[in-house]
Amino acid sequence: MASWQRFKREHQWRIRELLFTLCLMRRNPSAVAGLAIIAVMAAMALLAPWLAPCDPVRISLSERLSPPSSAHLFGTDELGRDILSRIMHGARISLRIGVMVVSIAGGLGTFLGAVSGYFGGRLDNFIMRCMDVVLSFPPLVLAMALAAALGPGLNNAVMAVAFVMIPKFARLVRGEALAVRQKPFISAARVSGAGDLWIVFHHVVPNCISSVIVLATLVLGDTILVASSLSFIGLGAQPPSPEWGAMISVGRKFLMDQWWYATFPGLFILTTVIGFNIFGDALRDILDPRIRR
Amino acid sequence: MHLLSYLVKRLLYLVPVLLGVTLLVFVISHAIPGDPARMMAGQKASREAVENLRRSMGLDRPLPEQYGRYLWGLFQGDLGVSIRNQRPVLDDIKDFFPATLELTLASMTLCLGVGLPLGILSAVYRNRPLDHVSRVFSVCGVSMPVFWLGLMLLLLFYRNLQWLPGSGRLDVTLAPPVHVTGLYLVDTLLEGDGRKFLNALSHIVLPAFCLSYVYLAIVTRIVRSSMIAVMEQDFVVTARANGIAESVVVLKHCLKNSLIPTVTIAGLSMGELLGGAILTETIFGWPGMGKYVVDSVNFLDFPAIMGFTLVASLGYVMINLVVDLVYAFLNRQIGY
Amino acid sequence: MSEPLLSIENLSVRFFTYQGVVRALEGVSLHVEPGEVLGLVGETGCGKSVLARCVLRLVQDPPGRITGGRILFKGEDLLKASRKRLRQVRGNDISMIFQEPMTSLDPVFTVGNQMAEVVRLHQRVDRRTAAKICAGMLEQVRMPDPFAVLRKYPHELSGGMRQRVMIAMELSCNPALLVADEPTTALDVTVQAQVLAILDELTRKRGASVLFITHDLGVVAQLCNRATVMYAGRIVETAPVERLFDSPAHPYTKGLLEAVPTLEEDREELAAIPGMVPGLVEPPGGCRFHPRCGRVMPACSRRVPELFRVRPDHFVACHLYGAEA
Repeated sequence: MASWQRFKREHQWRIRELLFTLCLMRRNPSAVAGLAIIAVMAAMALLAPWLAPCDPVRISLSERLSPPSSAHLFGTDELGRDILSRIMHGARISLRIGVMVVSIAGGLGTFLGAVSGYFGGRLDNFIMRCMDVVLSFPPLVLAMALAAALGPGLNNAVMAVAFVMIPKFARLVRGEALAVRQKPFISAARVSGAGDLWIVFHHVVPNCISSVIVLATLVLGDTILVASSLSFIGLGAQPPSPEWGAMISVGRKFLMDQWWYATFPGLFILTTVIGFNIFGDALRDILDPRIRR
Repeated sequence: MHLLSYLVKRLLYLVPVLLGVTLLVFVISHAIPGDPARMMAGQKASREAVENLRRSMGLDRPLPEQYGRYLWGLFQGDLGVSIRNQRPVLDDIKDFFPATLELTLASMTLCLGVGLPLGILSAVYRNRPLDHVSRVFSVCGVSMPVFWLGLMLLLLFYRNLQWLPGSGRLDVTLAPPVHVTGLYLVDTLLEGDGRKFLNALSHIVLPAFCLSYVYLAIVTRIVRSSMIAVMEQDFVVTARANGIAESVVVLKHCLKNSLIPTVTIAGLSMGELLGGAILTETIFGWPGMGKYVVDSVNFLDFPAIMGFTLVASLGYVMINLVVDLVYAFLNRQIGY
Repeated sequence: MSEPLLSIENLSVRFFTYQGVVRALEGVSLHVEPGEVLGLVGETGCGKSVLARCVLRLVQDPPGRITGGRILFKGEDLLKASRKRLRQVRGNDISMIFQEPMTSLDPVFTVGNQMAEVVRLHQRVDRRTAAKICAGMLEQVRMPDPFAVLRKYPHELSGGMRQRVMIAMELSCNPALLVADEPTTALDVTVQAQVLAILDELTRKRGASVLFITHDLGVVAQLCNRATVMYAGRIVETAPVERLFDSPAHPYTKGLLEAVPTLEEDREELAAIPGMVPGLVEPPGGCRFHPRCGRVMPACSRRVPELFRVRPDHFVACHLYGAEA
């Protein structure tokens, strides 16, 4: 108990800022709406095995390609599987891809950006040139080329998309690191003998956290779009995986007569990404230091 | 600082970046699992034939040397040979480029033609119903899976309403116009064939709208926010205080001041359109570079995929360079 | 007495914001005679800029709204004028100069373009004539090489030059009234003197009236015929300039004058008026100055003092003079 008290005392300022942020969030309708959407999708993803009305892999050829009904809210696919259940399981995949990509790209990108901005000089030049090279490709094109080279499959798609997203984080964090570098507490830390890398991790990075969180939210939405695009093309998740993009790719064949197959998965992609975008934008406004005064 | 010296500086900066691009493509193409020589030769070829092919392709040489030969080949316009049809990839891309160009230009026109007025109106009628609608539209735009939008458009306009055709650049019953620019809308007009022009127009509407949707939303948003920022400036009050009509204030003073971020974003969007074209062309059966590369992906035609990636990157870089120059030129004019 | 050129009667303005309703102007009345320079003095936040903008109805609604009163210009109530009529008046009969020359001109158009825009709008002349008129005006504000300046962009001119361009632009259509909102506050002291001299000369030559808004008492003494003092959204005193400086009546005015340090005195500290300017969301009741006044009476917090006449042309809004009268 004593250590908890000590923790609270030391981080008193941080806790207060956090509570203030949460209060602002509650007052902001976009933040609430976005968070609600994200929460619903996350709940669906986490609880799919228990919430889904049917078994997503249960084949029932007698019911194949039937339209939405009370038994199958979103209809069935060409093997008679319930589309709603598949969509729910697809949420697991999409969110997992999103979290993995953001973790990898966010982690690596933040590290590269922090190091680049803090140390400056030729290291900065080199890292930023590398980022420029990656940013010279239209994102989907590069992700596609990488995924094609690595081979179809979900993990390869995650690598490909993460690679493409790294420069976004690197650039952002570099900008912030450049600003933080000038601040007096950095010189103070250096003078008291702190190692450079320690400073990067303990001072530079924490100061960029709010921008990184905002970017991560927006990138998560973007990732879902890119990943489902890859699956749609035939890279990334492969059928019979219930990934939303892969489902649309199959549903496309039946578009004219069985509209429900391609429509509902896409609706979920749209809604989920809207949720992340709205929440990310609202978060950006909430965390903006000028508005917080 | 003269504009020319800026241009030279930018071009010099470009060289290492472009080299990096070729290096990245080279590395990716060598990460491909499987034996490229065998893939070229085919599954049934003998081991000896595959070895011969490997030697002639230079695949047995050390990697740095392979990169050098690759680079040298690029200078000569050699992007490799497509596995699918044994044609040089460059020729394939040249064939499919005009269709993609036409689609991109049509999309840009839509982007600016709808995005600009919508953004201006949203800024002027801020927080009124129109603004709210356009903001919803903006959010949907940046969150939209392009391939799904295309399918929904097909469902609505092709299947249900039957207003517009579903694929291709022209009805299958019509012969393509005489090739002058490769852009059907232009070539049919040059031919004087009004009916064919309208037909081509009807075919491009849906894909152009689908492709432009995301960037239309972005352009609207940027026009709105920069107009709002400009409208709060002092010189706007000065103009009003001098008796200048509100419409002139908005369309003459505010708009020109909002131009820089708008042009920048619009220009950058043009580069991004190429990425979206991949999906749009696939959905609408539009015979452009995007569809070409997707077909290549399905066929695992790696020279084609890599060749396309390289060309796409080159185009993207060039467009960004032009946008930078326009930006610098506009900035010079107002001395920021 | 001839009819005043501009007569503001009982003007009230409120701003509707998140923090509440800001009562920026309450029952403000003043008038400007033809050919005179009226100084409007007050601290930052007293509402003088809001008042200036109200004359030409430049206050944005939302969040600001004119909730009462009349603004009579040559007998016509501008608050009731149509948009078209308002556009005719702006820049033509009544002109306005603003505080910030650096941002008051459109950066993407040349000086000539902006000046000619105003001239051609109100005088309906062709481009060449407009250019000549503009160059002529630039000469009058002592701008070297006027035709070259017409071709320049605002950022190519210094702050003082830009303000002179503004003066030239606003006087080009010969307005009867010029509203100057702290035109020299943002300029260097030496440039200030120049610009003030030009302003004085040109308005006097044309017989134009000036509503000169400032917080600088020195400028008021130099330039103005009469002066009006504002505090927290209300007029507190108005008098000819010499009278105001010689025998200020309102405690606030006295405090203002005493706060200006002079070379002759031998003082240890600067004399400041105790307390702070009140927020205008919930201003003090009665006389808004009463919490800080050294001569406060019970009536001061209960009743708003009217403008009592101390001399034929000297009015004070203070119960000290009401009770005595």
